[in-house]
Amino acid sequence: MDYPHIFRDRSKYKIIFGIFASVSFLIFGTVSLVFGDDWEKSNEDKWNAAFMETVAQGEKLFHGPQLGGNTVQCAMCHPNATNTHPETYPKFQKQIGKVSTLREMINWCIQNPLQGKPLAYDDPKMIALEAYIMYERRNSVLVPGKH
Amino acid sequence: MRRTGGLLAASIVPMSLVEIACRGRGKGSHEKFTFAFISDPHLTHIKGANFVRNFDSGLNKAIETVNLMFPRPDFVVFGGDLAQLGKREELEHGMELLSKLKVPVKFVIGEHDYYLDMGNYWQDKISKLNYSFDHKGVHFVVLNSILTYDTWIKRWKTPEERMNEMARLDNPNGSPFMVGDDQIAWLKKDLENVMSGTPLVVLSHSPLYKIYKPWNFWTDDAEKIQSVLSRFDNVTVFHGHVHQVLYNQIKNISFYALMSTAWPWPYPESYTQSPNYIPKMTVFMNRQDPFHERDGTGWAFVNMDNAREEMHYKLWENKDRIVKYDDSAGHPVDSTYQKPESRILPQTHY
Repeated sequence: MDYPHIFRDRSKYKIIFGIFASVSFLIFGTVSLVFGDDWEKSNEDKWNAAFMETVAQGEKLFHGPQLGGNTVQCAMCHPNATNTHPETYPKFQKQIGKVSTLREMINWCIQNPLQGKPLAYDDPKMIALEAYIMYERRNSVLVPGKH
Repeated sequence: MRRTGGLLAASIVPMSLVEIACRGRGKGSHEKFTFAFISDPHLTHIKGANFVRNFDSGLNKAIETVNLMFPRPDFVVFGGDLAQLGKREELEHGMELLSKLKVPVKFVIGEHDYYLDMGNYWQDKISKLNYSFDHKGVHFVVLNSILTYDTWIKRWKTPEERMNEMARLDNPNGSPFMVGDDQIAWLKKDLENVMSGTPLVVLSHSPLYKIYKPWNFWTDDAEKIQSVLSRFDNVTVFHGHVHQVLYNQIKNISFYALMSTAWPWPYPESYTQSPNYIPKMTVFMNRQDPFHERDGTGWAFVNMDNAREEMHYKLWENKDRIVKYDDSAGHPVDSTYQKPESRILPQTHY
């Protein structure tokens, strides 16, 4: 093989590689301090607090009449969000007649027993309900599709 | 035809139904009879003349089916929680619906009927809170088992606030139920002249044993009441409140719960965050489709035969269940599904 001059001279190659490595370390090392893994205990506390605040909003909605039109509340059938089984969705839901998500089922409940208007899937109320349900069902085994 | 049937019944029934109990623990004699059970309709007032339609239709369906029973039950026990928030509108509406029953009603008060006005309307217009009566050789006692501690009652600013706090099942601010020492003294006195061989039926709203405190499936002084009943050969407690099929045996006492006509509660073991004391012998009721109208709801009737009870759970959207005291087992047994291998899907709760 006829290599270019520069690669035939091994000492020059070492110098170039050394400069390249140092520059890369400086650049990527600095960048990683800004964009990389910035985990700190205080951050985790903040994220948990935000989640638990959403859970608390969900708990209020779950135990109040405001989602429906007839004063019926979610917790009347589902104390502590039991019998919601978020860990089984998506699954075939008899009332809806197809494989459905938890959000679709939440809206079914709001429209039927609660006689209310369905929520948009990205409505903060919907997310809060989901957060409360998931929190109350923590540590349940994930079995999508079941029953 | 109907007249002939009636005459036949009138001439034959009393003779053939008088029997001396010779099996089971009961030593007394009594006639065969049935009584029906309707419990926990939770009629909910919305506004003006509007009530939650689904809950109304549950109670109406129970009333209609009881009226269609042949032979008609001797009476209906109403197991409590006629109202959702104890409102006068709800209680009056409930009494109007129940007035269609063609047999007398024995009333038990529930916490939803009580905590708005501390039972005033109920006592004035509907029934005493605790009382007893004899029927065809069986002694019946009705207890008000939903009393609670004064400190909790005084904690709330308004009657509405107190009622709302009590109405929430999974309330961390909740307070356990109790029968209370005054009523226990009354019970002792009431039972003084009742022979220990007389079949005894106790009717209450909350279970007179401890199942699950976080949801108040619980009566704090249950052991005291159980000990007052301990000298009887044959004691059965029927209670509402839990909205599900549930049965148990504690020493000499058999316990049976009623379903609601409004909606089913999940079994406490479905909440995995705290332990529960659901009786091991209970075969759970089917519950495929909560709030599919009438699923997991229903009524019941009790066939009193040879001093022992036979509980017929009538689950509208599911298979009916018969649970009765089994002498050889010494506790209530589901006549079809008690053995795990004979259960059908989804007899195991999910």
